Amino acid sequence: MARVIVDVMLKPEILDAQGQAIARALPRLGFSGVASVRQGKRFEVELDGPADDAALADVRKMAETLLANTVIEDYIVTVERAES
Amino acid sequence: MSAARVGVVTFPGTLDDQDAARAVRHAGGEAVPLWHADPDLKGVDAVFLPGGFSYGDYLRCGAISRFAPLMEELIPAARAGLPVLGTCNGFQILCEAHLLPGALMRNAGLHYICRDQRVRVESTATPWTSDFTEGQEIVLPIKHGEGRYVADAATLAALEAGGQVVFRYAGSNPNGSMNDIAGIRNEAGNIVGLMPHPEHAVEDLTGAPSTDGRGFFSSILKRLVNL
Repeated sequence: MARVIVDVMLKPEILDAQGQAIARALPRLGFSGVASVRQGKRFEVELDGPADDAALADVRKMAETLLANTVIEDYIVTVERAES
Repeated sequence: MSAARVGVVTFPGTLDDQDAARAVRHAGGEAVPLWHADPDLKGVDAVFLPGGFSYGDYLRCGAISRFAPLMEELIPAARAGLPVLGTCNGFQILCEAHLLPGALMRNAGLHYICRDQRVRVESTATPWTSDFTEGQEIVLPIKHGEGRYVADAATLAALEAGGQVVFRYAGSNPNGSMNDIAGIRNEAGNIVGLMPHPEHAVEDLTGAPSTDGRGFFSSILKRLVNL
């Protein structure tokens, strides 16, 4: 099956309280040198057919409609495996 | 004359529908149960979207509920002027459905907050707040983990300029909401969403911090009777 990845991240100007909490926890665990962390979501979408233009347009529509709230989030669609 | 009919919506995971229905009856209205899977508004005169954790808050709070069959009826009806009040998860659903601008995000302090909160009424120009006075401070329970209101700068400016901020947190801001916003309305004014819970503050008997929530229900019932 073709596999398409949708990464959803908060828009840069939106405060990511969870990412900040993770960044603050890292030094306590001995991880130094981390400037910041932002938390997002990754969706792995398996397609019945190939990841052609029509299928990718559909995935983008899915992202706009449900996977991301475009008021606060951006999304990126990438093809991990194009052929079924 | 028959009582005004206020629909109370139940999704899987809704918690506050019973209190909302009780508050409607307490004010003299008829509470009409509406079921998420049934695309039928049953001819109600107004709709209350109660709080809870619909669909377990999966994906984002309100993101799944927004596509429930009932919402296919409710969204166009609300756009056409049906009075709708969403509290807590109901507010989140209204934002996800784009009936209200902006979004509600994880509290700035990350903690779930359950406490009595002072709230200032900023606008009485809605069918849900006409029984209050502008600037009045009321006390309502809040209980949420994702109540931080955010919107882009242009949206926020438009809300402020248009008098669409209906409630602001008074005293302290519990969740980091922009401009201390606790509740807003749409441009037309018929749709109102807020994080605090008026339906939990209508009777002394239940240990509520006040009975200030009654104002929401008396406002809407007066409005419906005078239509």
